[in-house]
Amino acid sequence: MTSFILRRLFNLVPVLIGISLATFVMLYVLPGDPAEMLTPRRADPLTVKQIRQKHHLDDPLPVRYAAFLGRLARGDLGVSIRSERPVTKILLNRFFPTAQLAIGSLLFALALGLPAGVLSAVRPRSWIDGASMLVALAGVSLPVFWLGMMLIVLNGQLGAVFAVSGYAPFSPYHFVLPCVALGTVTAALLARLTRASMLEELHRDYVRTARAKGVAEWCVVLRHALRNALVPIVTVIGVSLASLLSGAVLTETVFNIPGLGREMFDAIVARDYPVVVGAVMWLALTFVIVNLIVDLFYAWLDPRIRYD
Amino acid sequence: MTENLAAENSKGRSPWALAWARFRKHRTGRAGACLVAMVILAALLAPLIARHPYDEQFRAHFNEGPSARHWLGVDPISRDVFSRIVYGARASLQVALAATAVSVALGVAAGALAGYMGGWTDEVLMRIADAFSAFPGILLAIAITAAFDQRSLAVVFVALGLVGWASLARIVRSRTLSLREEDFVQAAVALGFGRARIVFRHILPNCLGPVIVTATLLMAGNILGEAGLSFLGIGVQPPQPSWGGMLADARSRDLAAFWWMATFPGGAIAVTVLGFNLLGDALRDVLDPRE
Repeated sequence: MTSFILRRLFNLVPVLIGISLATFVMLYVLPGDPAEMLTPRRADPLTVKQIRQKHHLDDPLPVRYAAFLGRLARGDLGVSIRSERPVTKILLNRFFPTAQLAIGSLLFALALGLPAGVLSAVRPRSWIDGASMLVALAGVSLPVFWLGMMLIVLNGQLGAVFAVSGYAPFSPYHFVLPCVALGTVTAALLARLTRASMLEELHRDYVRTARAKGVAEWCVVLRHALRNALVPIVTVIGVSLASLLSGAVLTETVFNIPGLGREMFDAIVARDYPVVVGAVMWLALTFVIVNLIVDLFYAWLDPRIRYD
Repeated sequence: MTENLAAENSKGRSPWALAWARFRKHRTGRAGACLVAMVILAALLAPLIARHPYDEQFRAHFNEGPSARHWLGVDPISRDVFSRIVYGARASLQVALAATAVSVALGVAAGALAGYMGGWTDEVLMRIADAFSAFPGILLAIAITAAFDQRSLAVVFVALGLVGWASLARIVRSRTLSLREEDFVQAAVALGFGRARIVFRHILPNCLGPVIVTATLLMAGNILGEAGLSFLGIGVQPPQPSWGGMLADARSRDLAAFWWMATFPGGAIAVTVLGFNLLGDALRDVLDPRE
């Protein structure tokens, strides 16, 4: 097990190098110049030139990439062209609001989506099945930023129970509304998937055997069928968590949350290369680690899976 | 169901006629088709349906809510919300349709090529597809859109099209792989038909069903994508009205007090996306009767 984890983490190194190289080449090929984006339209050419020199924007691509790798080996991602602050510090600061939002909305999605899916599968074609699948279909059709704005409207009508803007660590007052908005789409996806997966498992022979043995129905559903149905669901939970952790630029914009998504958006628009490259590598790291955790979870769910 | 199919088949009707017969009995599918038809009509007949020009400012009716004159109220700079929503359907459908066309063209070409040629062609194309689907769609679309200094509809739909092609390529590829082993394709190979003829006459027509289903669901995703990009200010540019742009405008006001400014444009997005999702799900039931 330990050697499996170590091997996977070791494989991360070529992935990160490949991704950083791809991002470098892409930013180099695409039009747009950070120095010109940073300065007013008719800026003094000398100022523009100074910025270009300071950040080595005129150096050839291989030289710039080599310098980047050299710094990376020392754990340094360079400084932002916009703010001149270290990229690692920026990413770390921006990650906490995003992580809080991601975990909160995933918990909301699980609390809503899993029971809805299980109940629908246990009583297919009942009113509860119809209602939850209708809500789930609506859930995947709603633009997340509009849902956020509607929650703001509702919150205002009900006497402003929650904050509608800003961020504070571990403050439900700030993160309830954004988490509900962002979590709804995931909840809808999970509900639809859980229903399909549970329906499949409930028709298996082992379920009939368990019922024939006289096992209580709740036990058949929750301990026998659900555990097996969870395998595909865990995959989707992992993908959702990874994409939530990469920042939800729309939700963060609606609720003015200083998260990773908004930072990436601003950096891309301003061609702030060091921040973009750093953020992309950070995302890749998150994806790989979340996937590793998902794989370990499979082994726990299904004892036949062994990683030795 | 099997008896039903056999009875339908005995009349000797084409698969498309059978699918149409099944679709007419599909309730949620009909609902989806109605919603989609409504939005398309709004886009086509916008000048007839809208009661005011989309850019006229009614300064005398500053901050007016829904009324007989302005059915859905006025926006932060006193333009008629209803008229802007009706005209906004144009940008939304244009961009989504063009983006879907880009995805279909790229996805079908790459999928058929990868599936039929196999070998390193397959390997390279599928690794590119993996790379495109590794990132969250909205971030990819933002990166492509933001990379261009000019903001035109073409940039927006190409960006969204590049986000969606990979899923289509995978579907067409797997379909091509299984079709290649079918007897009728083997017969065509044995008859000495050229590759192009086999792909265009025998394989691609049999991929049409899944492609139509995926394209319909992509329309839903692309409408959401366009709205998101326009909301962030890098999609459809003013003065052309777009639903996402209207939501961005609404943010300059206290949303709770001026609720109509955000509620209705977003509702238009939700209804349109729901329509395409319902239609796509129904088409899947209808075109793929095996399930």
